[in-house]
Amino acid sequence: MSQHSITLTVNGTTERATVPSNMTLLTMLREVLVLTGTKNGCAAGECGACTVLLNGEPVNSCMVLAVEADGAEIVTVEGLAHSAPDKAGEAGRGHTSPVTTGETGRGHTSPVTTGEDRWGLDAIQQAFVDLTGVQCGFCTPGMLISARALLDRNPHPSEAEIKDALRGNLCRCTGYTRIVEAVKQAA
Amino acid sequence: MTQIIGESIPRVDAVDKVTGAAKFADDMQFGPGLLYGRLVRSPHAHALVKKIDARDALALPGVKAIATGADTPGYIGLYLQDRHIFATDRVRYIGDPVAGVVATSEEIAEQAVKLVEVEYEILPAVTDPLDAIKPDAPLLHPDLGKYTVANFIFPKPGTNISNHFKVRKGDAEKGFAQCDVIVEGEFRVPQIQHVPIEPHIAVAQAEQSGKITLWASSQSPFAQRNLIAKALDMSQGDLRVIAPYIGGGFGSKAGVSMEACAVVMAMKVQGRPVKLRLTREEEFFTTFVRQGLVARTKIGAKKEGKLVAMKTEYYWDAGAYTEYGVNMTRAGGYSSTGPYEIPNVHADSYCCYTNHPVGGPMRGFGMPEIHWGIEQLMDQLAEKLEMDPRAFRLKNCLKTDSDVVTGWKMHPIKLDECIEKAAAAIDWGKKESASAPHKKRGKGLAIMWKAPAMPPNAGSSSYVRLNEDATITVGLGGQEIGQGTHTVMAQMAAAALGVPVSWIRIATPVDTLYSPYEWQTVASRLTWSMGNAVVAAAKHARQQILELVAEHWNEKVQDLDIKDGNVISYKSEQSLPLHDMVVYGLPKEGDCGWRGGPIVGRGNFMPTYVTGLDPETGQGPRAVVHYTVGCQAVDLEVDTETGQIEILRVAAAFDVGKAINPDQVRAQMEGGVVQGASSAIFEKLDLREGKPRNASFVDYRIATSVDMPHKIIPIIVEEPQDDGPWGARGIGEHAMVPTAPAIANAVYNAVGIRLPSMPLSAERVFLAMQEK
Repeated sequence: MSQHSITLTVNGTTERATVPSNMTLLTMLREVLVLTGTKNGCAAGECGACTVLLNGEPVNSCMVLAVEADGAEIVTVEGLAHSAPDKAGEAGRGHTSPVTTGETGRGHTSPVTTGEDRWGLDAIQQAFVDLTGVQCGFCTPGMLISARALLDRNPHPSEAEIKDALRGNLCRCTGYTRIVEAVKQAA
Repeated sequence: MTQIIGESIPRVDAVDKVTGAAKFADDMQFGPGLLYGRLVRSPHAHALVKKIDARDALALPGVKAIATGADTPGYIGLYLQDRHIFATDRVRYIGDPVAGVVATSEEIAEQAVKLVEVEYEILPAVTDPLDAIKPDAPLLHPDLGKYTVANFIFPKPGTNISNHFKVRKGDAEKGFAQCDVIVEGEFRVPQIQHVPIEPHIAVAQAEQSGKITLWASSQSPFAQRNLIAKALDMSQGDLRVIAPYIGGGFGSKAGVSMEACAVVMAMKVQGRPVKLRLTREEEFFTTFVRQGLVARTKIGAKKEGKLVAMKTEYYWDAGAYTEYGVNMTRAGGYSSTGPYEIPNVHADSYCCYTNHPVGGPMRGFGMPEIHWGIEQLMDQLAEKLEMDPRAFRLKNCLKTDSDVVTGWKMHPIKLDECIEKAAAAIDWGKKESASAPHKKRGKGLAIMWKAPAMPPNAGSSSYVRLNEDATITVGLGGQEIGQGTHTVMAQMAAAALGVPVSWIRIATPVDTLYSPYEWQTVASRLTWSMGNAVVAAAKHARQQILELVAEHWNEKVQDLDIKDGNVISYKSEQSLPLHDMVVYGLPKEGDCGWRGGPIVGRGNFMPTYVTGLDPETGQGPRAVVHYTVGCQAVDLEVDTETGQIEILRVAAAFDVGKAINPDQVRAQMEGGVVQGASSAIFEKLDLREGKPRNASFVDYRIATSVDMPHKIIPIIVEEPQDDGPWGARGIGEHAMVPTAPAIANAVYNAVGIRLPSMPLSAERVFLAMQEK
């Protein structure tokens, strides 16, 4: 298998990688860059768990070859907080750890205490937290990316438009109701 | 302090899950030493394995080892040990693992799989449970009589019946003779698959010392440790199972399925981890599927509408191995009537071996299957009696102290309130017009019951450990599979201890080396069982703290309390924060030493009151721990030109005893409704002569965002459980149980057709309307 040297931007960082011709973008993200937030649910472009933004468009990364992403800009779930257009430059970006230290801070910054945006979460991530758009969490990364892509191109979608934008992302836990509500809240 | 119990706090795992930080089994990193496995599977539904030649496969560069049945000739199984880890002399379904290839990459392993030559002698296959019970049917398990079996399972050696559960209550024949109205029917439920979005994955590593570690997407790390250790004749203490977050289970990741294969493969390449990851295609038919069912049921009532007699035969299409499925048959037997008081019952529930994929636990554990027929027959009975289906159910449903089919008196429940509230929420009784001339509108409802199905002594345990800053680490062995259990456990621990819930840290991942024992994450039992253990552990820790401070203040324990993270005295009105003292203790007066020490509470819970049942009558003092009951009411439209069902409203009302986190309870109901609707309208594993024909998301459709009901109305009813924490019972599975028959009843109401089998696909509904 011939190898290819590619350069791409992933979550705002320039990455270089040498990949075989048949490696998918999904495999490269998960196994070469160790960005495991993007999930592998079917490897056939059918479940949407591996959805990432490729130059701003949501794609099933299992259906894209890594070499096709040469020169592209990729956003994965790990980069969502960073990529929120209305949050650029804000302090505290990326400090997403729920763990705090120091005697005065005990417990009070835990994720369970808050409905506020405390970790620089993107609005869509925060809405999923607030409205329980999450159960097992396996479809969540792809779902968030598809939702983010929708809101980027259509900031005020109707309920029908939300459902339509998420139809390629399968969820077996939530029944979709709270996911749709979360997208509405984030809009 | 704010209220913790009954408060809809956000999930404790939500931030990890929306940032991509949550680690699932496939996300664990094992370094360059990692090897990959693929399985050689039987292409035949039933055959003898004559010879396995792996020489060409082993010669392929990169192939490290090949495991076969010769490596593990023993049996494995939860209730009936009828399964080999790899086939030895016989394969019994298409997909049965015959060998496991270990290689340096998945691609090489896949190539090598094709080079393993297996010689089969094809045997006649049995693919219908009604054929399986015929006297001349080919036997799938000639050794059935020799298998190790739990004492409440009754196999019939020399047949394909691996469990027969009987109910003989009252006199059904005499009962029918007194009936004014009788209905009967045969109903079929196809195999469906759980379809977790995360496929099964297991990584195993065997050391030369004999110790083995297994990382698995598992609902049952302790049961896996136990069953695999027994099968490999090793100590449970030497097998460590680590179970990170799991991407949906619904029962498919309970017990043991492919995980044991990974362990045996790792034993062939000692020291190196081996990853076995199922493809989506394998996921559809090689782990567990929901069992198929053929139900033949007859129910009779008096003209004033009171149920008198029921006769039912449940033939479970349980597949090639029934090590887990035998207990579904039992559950189908002891719950055979549905949630009704019927004085005369004659029920037989047969677990039938077939050359189909292995039937296993799935959300509802036999209950969605039996309620499919029961709840449609109840509607037919009501129609014949010219009674409203709601009124008919209110008259006959189980109430507190009703006679239960197994001879027990029903514990306090409010099923009637569930029926009333669900019906009211969709404006029951109000005729409403369809949205278009070619559509017809209908309403229907169905009720349900379900008990946790498990051994009588399934236990839970927990520890509650205080850290320097008084954050609290809660150890437990139940898995967060999406149902929100770790959030609910955090709430319970905080409430029982007297601290803010934000101080609680759940000790994850569950690791059998460090985590306290938990039987399995199944049966909707954790809120109740693990909850009791967590509360006991928190109370134990609390008692230690109170004793320490009482001594320090020279007061009595009963005058002290822990509120919002401070020990307070109602007598002296002193207050002391928990931090530091819960690890370092407190100084004695006059600098003459210390008292106390690091606080660790422990607790466990196990039901002690479940009894056996008479094998001939199914009667006994107490068959189960409790039942959760509920009702769903559906308002829908059927497109008469296409047969398509569009669900407008579903109301789901369940008596959960006490909702610890009401929002999570409602989320379970919503998800259950959609999974139930998906099974009712779309899902069927299409098996032809044992061969799955639709093992992909394109051909096996599940509900997507555009298929969901327009509105789901979850309703919480609370009649406390006497031994539940704050009165709580489970809800995870229940919401899926009545959905399909409620839809079927609404479809009948809309267009006057009844399909005796699922799914109510547009095509089948359309054709049935044509034939009408």
